Amino acid sequence: MTGLWSFMAEHQSEILSATVEHVELVCIAMAAAILIGVPLGMLIVRRAELRALALGIAGIFQTIPSLALFGFLIPIPFIGGIGKRTAIVALTLYALLPILRNTYVGLTEIDPAVLESAEAMGMTQAQILFRVRFPLGLAVILAGVRTATIITIGVATIAAAIGAGGLGTFIFRGVALVNDSLLLAGAIPAALLAILADFLLGRLERRLRVT
Amino acid sequence: MANAEQNLIEFRGVSWRANGGSEAAIIDDVSLEVARGKTLVLLGRSGSGKTTLLKLINGMHWPSKGKVLVEGRATREWDAIRLRRGIGYVIQEAGLFPHFTVAENVGLVPGLENWPKEKIAGRVKEMLQLVGLEPGEFAQRKPRELSGGQRQRVGVARALAADPPILLMDEPFGALDPVTRAELQREFKALAERLGKTIVFVTHDLREALLLASHIILLEKGRLAASAGPEEFLRLRHPEVLAFAASLDVTGGAA
Repeated sequence: MTGLWSFMAEHQSEILSATVEHVELVCIAMAAAILIGVPLGMLIVRRAELRALALGIAGIFQTIPSLALFGFLIPIPFIGGIGKRTAIVALTLYALLPILRNTYVGLTEIDPAVLESAEAMGMTQAQILFRVRFPLGLAVILAGVRTATIITIGVATIAAAIGAGGLGTFIFRGVALVNDSLLLAGAIPAALLAILADFLLGRLERRLRVT
Repeated sequence: MANAEQNLIEFRGVSWRANGGSEAAIIDDVSLEVARGKTLVLLGRSGSGKTTLLKLINGMHWPSKGKVLVEGRATREWDAIRLRRGIGYVIQEAGLFPHFTVAENVGLVPGLENWPKEKIAGRVKEMLQLVGLEPGEFAQRKPRELSGGQRQRVGVARALAADPPILLMDEPFGALDPVTRAELQREFKALAERLGKTIVFVTHDLREALLLASHIILLEKGRLAASAGPEEFLRLRHPEVLAFAASLDVTGGAA
């Protein structure tokens, strides 16, 4: 253990910059997944024909092993190649399902009496969506974001395999050199990030829950 | 008999089937009218079509056959949003927005109608006083901080806020304990008489019907089984009327 601590102290600045890189990857991918997943989830509330398709496609991405998904994207023009961009695309696709599904569930599993009275009082569908469904479903949507964030922090370590950097660089090097200190220098900060994200988003989620 | 001036609501040979007409009729060839300022009570067992009939009035359902006229105009010719904003609606459990305060709930329709803020605030206060809730104490509470009876009062205040000429009520007092229910029924009767609203009130409780109605219509399997004023209703010999009258006896003459 003392070996690990002295290793981490010695490589402090490298670990820190890899952590920053990791957080960057996760934040950009999460922002993209939220920007796609939440509006799409809103859209499929009233579009049954799109619902199965959207949830199905997002589900397929989740079933692809993460390393394979990175690999598949490399030969694709524009979004593919080696580096950060490909990694962000893969992480976004990976994060999409929990966000999309929770948005849909959060917006639909609302007390029918509330929706009925909203409609009966002459609210338009847009008003019902933004003033009733969205605020009441926000905690559930956020739970999806929380799940997706934790998954993404973990999966982002694999991004190092296609040259995207982040904490995965230490892990891959550690595996290759059979060096525990190197491996843990990547794994421990990644685990701490996941715990921190879980804690903060969990608190936010509880605050937004309407009882 | 059909007079748009007098009849605020009128059904002419109305049938309604679910799924755009492919299923069995839930409402079957119903004709009725409600004169301005009167309270029509729709009485019937669960599944008799009372709620469906109510929803045909504010365009939550559209007739598969026949016509529903509101203020002399077929509901199909109305803009649904306009139609609904002119009709107050109260349901069991009130259906209050849990993320809104009492004041925001009551001020909802005036807000949708873009009333100025001060006017809404004044109206909310007035409505809360009208239903017996002290504004200073209740305006800023959330629905979960209210009792069932208080929530239902807020539901009535919300329905009345934009001063609609018509009020639809779907078993509004059904989930309350008997004491609170009797209180609200009495208060509501007085309120209805004072405000002169045209009311359609759904219930399966014959006592409630007799107390509140200017006229009672009994529905059975989507058809109009009986129609009479509250004084004559119990004298009808229709089997479904007798069944309801019997239910009154069983409750031990609680009246």
